[in-house]
Amino acid sequence: MKLFTIAGLCLCLTVLGPGLNLAAEEPVLMMATTSSTDNTGLLDTLASEFRKAAGIELRWTATGTGKALRLGENCDVDILMVHAPAAEKEFVEAGYGIRRREVMHNDFVITGPEGDLANIRGKSIREALTALRTRSALFVSRGDNSGTHKKELFLWKAAGLTVPEKESWYVQTGQGMLSTIHIAAERQGYTLTDRGTYIKYEATLQGNPPLTILTDGDPALMNQYSVIQINPEHCANVNAGLARKFIEWIVGADAQKLIGNFKLLGKPLFTPNAKP
Amino acid sequence: MDFLLDGLMQAARLLTGGDAETYSAIMITLQVSTLSMLCSLLIGIPLGFSLGHFEFPGKRPLRTLVDTLMALPTVFIGLLVYAFLTHRGPLGHFGLLFTLPGIAIGQTILALPIVIGLTATAIESLEEKTRVTLLSLGANRRQLFLSSLWEARHGVLSGAIAAYGRVMTEVGISMMVGGNIKWQTRTITTAIALETNKGQFGMGVALGLVLLAIAFGVNLSVSFLRRKT
Repeated sequence: MKLFTIAGLCLCLTVLGPGLNLAAEEPVLMMATTSSTDNTGLLDTLASEFRKAAGIELRWTATGTGKALRLGENCDVDILMVHAPAAEKEFVEAGYGIRRREVMHNDFVITGPEGDLANIRGKSIREALTALRTRSALFVSRGDNSGTHKKELFLWKAAGLTVPEKESWYVQTGQGMLSTIHIAAERQGYTLTDRGTYIKYEATLQGNPPLTILTDGDPALMNQYSVIQINPEHCANVNAGLARKFIEWIVGADAQKLIGNFKLLGKPLFTPNAKP
Repeated sequence: MDFLLDGLMQAARLLTGGDAETYSAIMITLQVSTLSMLCSLLIGIPLGFSLGHFEFPGKRPLRTLVDTLMALPTVFIGLLVYAFLTHRGPLGHFGLLFTLPGIAIGQTILALPIVIGLTATAIESLEEKTRVTLLSLGANRRQLFLSSLWEARHGVLSGAIAAYGRVMTEVGISMMVGGNIKWQTRTITTAIALETNKGQFGMGVALGLVLLAIAFGVNLSVSFLRRKT
């Protein structure tokens, strides 16, 4: 019987434990964001600095942009940090979000095997996609409605091509960026990725990756990140005051400098570009 | 391949070196799975007993339903619970989304069919003699319930262990309802998913081994209890 009493006490402690230290006095701002801002470690840096500056704890859940927008629409978070400008504008126009501010950008690149069978190296994005299509070169797509996937769909259309949805050389993973890069590497295919995640991939492989950057620098490949506050008129429960403070902070000089100085392997991942 | 060995070494380092993030994930996993198991056992054992013990019309279809629900996909449960807990859902005003009790609700739904089904099977497989003996000794309903459960304890325990294994290792519910928030709702399994997405395969393997070590500890104490009784 003694055994059961001890076991019972342990159970109570583990279950009640979280309730006891829940008495945090700091206000909490809840964000939904994309995997790239979280996976690179940028948000850890921003959150600790924001806490020092404003005494507000930033918590976030990292998903694709599609799900992040959905969480915002359902009033589950106070603020978004995402990278799909067209979808964001629709979100604001529908009345779900307010105060959308551009924060930073990096760019997308097309990576592929060193051998580059489709010969896209150094071409414009339009020529590169056309070449991939003509040569039926294996292309690995995110296929998950994320910001990167939306960008890829946009690029096919902008190049005057239909999305090769059902072609045998077009593979949709439905997974995150790094997993998708790994799949592309295993299958010797091409893929569209943001440069930050590619640098991270390069870093984990000690600078000797089987995939290399083939197409970059085209203005159409810009990757813009913005913050959007959830509209308090749409969602009465959101923390509008905290969200507003965060937006004012992140577009301010201190936070913008912080973003510019954030590096991996000595390479900057994001370029701050908030308009004052 | 080399990340497997790397993972083994990292697992040892995480456990002995007192890595704060790992310990937070371990504590959260233990808290939420304990809460889910308590709820599912409290609800599931009486229901399982009733299903195994009593004869009533529609019993067979009900058994089939319970057995089918054992195959509930975790991501589906996650979506279902999310639909109720989101701020625009019917239970939104309780603010349970992105909390441990929120995850526990989903995991209870996951564990319940297993607890009910296996308890019912254990009670059914008791020999008819046991029931008759209990009744002839003048057992009242409460005594009948408790004594039958006692006789069927090994079967019920197996059900509980199977359910615990599923609860500990699920990732769909924790990810969808919990949101994988650092220090708050990041369990070992969602941490594994995150590390894998980040390309830190070694760290993913290490956390997987940590989870296995915890499961080993739990099963060790259960088998100790079993020998005592």
